[in-house]
Amino acid sequence: MKVYLDYAAATPVDPRVLEAMLPYFAEYFGNPSSVHSYSHKAQEALDKARESVASLIGAESPDEVVFTSGATESNNLALKGFAYRNRDKGNEIVTTTIEHISILNVCKYLRGEGFEAVYVPVDRYGLVDVEKLAEAVDEKTLLVSVMYANGEIGTVEPIEEIGKIAHERNVPLHVDATAAVGKVPIDVVKENIDLLTLSSNDLYGPKGVGALYIRRGVKLLPIIHGGGQERGLRSGSENIPGIVGMGKAAELAKEEIQTEAERLTGLRDSLISGLLKEVPESYLNGHPTQRLPNNANMRFSYIEGESLLLGLDALGVQASSGSACTSKTLEPSYVLLAIGLKHEEAHGSVLFTLGKGNREEEVNYVVKVVPGIVRRLRILSPLTPKELLR
Amino acid sequence: MEHFFNPRNVGEIPDADGVGTVGNPICGDMMTIYIKVKEGRIADIKFKTFGCGAAIATSSMVTEMAKGMTLEEAMKISREEVADELGGLPPIKMHCSNLAADALHRAIEDYLKKSSEKT
Repeated sequence: MKVYLDYAAATPVDPRVLEAMLPYFAEYFGNPSSVHSYSHKAQEALDKARESVASLIGAESPDEVVFTSGATESNNLALKGFAYRNRDKGNEIVTTTIEHISILNVCKYLRGEGFEAVYVPVDRYGLVDVEKLAEAVDEKTLLVSVMYANGEIGTVEPIEEIGKIAHERNVPLHVDATAAVGKVPIDVVKENIDLLTLSSNDLYGPKGVGALYIRRGVKLLPIIHGGGQERGLRSGSENIPGIVGMGKAAELAKEEIQTEAERLTGLRDSLISGLLKEVPESYLNGHPTQRLPNNANMRFSYIEGESLLLGLDALGVQASSGSACTSKTLEPSYVLLAIGLKHEEAHGSVLFTLGKGNREEEVNYVVKVVPGIVRRLRILSPLTPKELLR
Repeated sequence: MEHFFNPRNVGEIPDADGVGTVGNPICGDMMTIYIKVKEGRIADIKFKTFGCGAAIATSSMVTEMAKGMTLEEAMKISREEVADELGGLPPIKMHCSNLAADALHRAIEDYLKKSSEKT
């Protein structure tokens, strides 16, 4: 059996999305900026996609959506664009220790440009310490940036509450919602969100496209200069097929979010409880209930993640891990360390992320094969206590 | 990959003549090699590893290479040789073959120290 459980890394493009995109490659290939009629279809498609994305996140107007090349670019635009435009309002960004690497590296970069960054810690479930965040937001604070949910450990953050605190102090809130969009309902107005990052890749849309929601009234400087597309905020001829794909993906996500979330939650919980039951000394990473419907991040004592992934791959199961050996830098996941795991615990973690293609039989198969792989690796490991191998 | 899926010489030797441990769980790689020495040769050798696929494969391979060798020959086994015997390793994994060769050398050094203490 082949079981793909790494949806967080990449999702296949939904066939309906692909179908919507195809005409825009060779048939309606015009540039929306052209004067002649070839631009019309492209412009219509661009407008429609913008509406779909706006609708998915509860934006008041499609004009509040800017298309980019992906979540990383959206994060760059949000933080750099806002910081450069609003230097007079403050010079400090308040964010968390478990943000996506693009947020962390942009903050690092901005520190060289005269800005400061404060990293609010999280508890052992990955929940942001809201009190510490409130303390950190002061007159120097320019922007608060907190992820909607963490794609590695699955924990969903109390965004509405954080937004309220930020607004009480007149500071806007940026939310990197890449891991959450399409999985949990998001309403930027109700949740006090001023800037929101989302990606097509996580929505069963094509890679290389994303968006940034910018509430009307919030001002940014562009980071890509040129012909002035996207209201001057993101120059460059628009990736029409990609954007059409993202729009269609957003439309489908909005229709299916309720049923998919329920379905995935059921599968996720079967997987988690099955593994906790069948594998001794196994633990869940992240919050048990405030978590993304598709995320099961587990850790297994005394063994290492990459060897577990290889064992799984040989049996047809694709997953991911926070161990050092699986990262390019040979450092274990900073998210797992931020929630207080020891290095060896972080090394023994495996991340399963579910998606549209997964069924109950697949979850049962994984619960069936994992104990054997873990056991084999525990026999090899010098760390395993003898009682465990009886 | 063969050595990862079917590692050889897994286990411990309770009355080992030499034991070598390298790495630690904090780094994500840890290997322990046990040897039994008879007439200057490695008569038996076993290993235990906490680590990635390459770590497991290299420790298995180094035990296969060292079995039956004289201590001198075994001390000469280099990190590159272990990687070569496996058919090469990606550069990012070379440190795993380093650990395997080092663990073997430590076990031999441990034996030499213990036996010189006896005399």
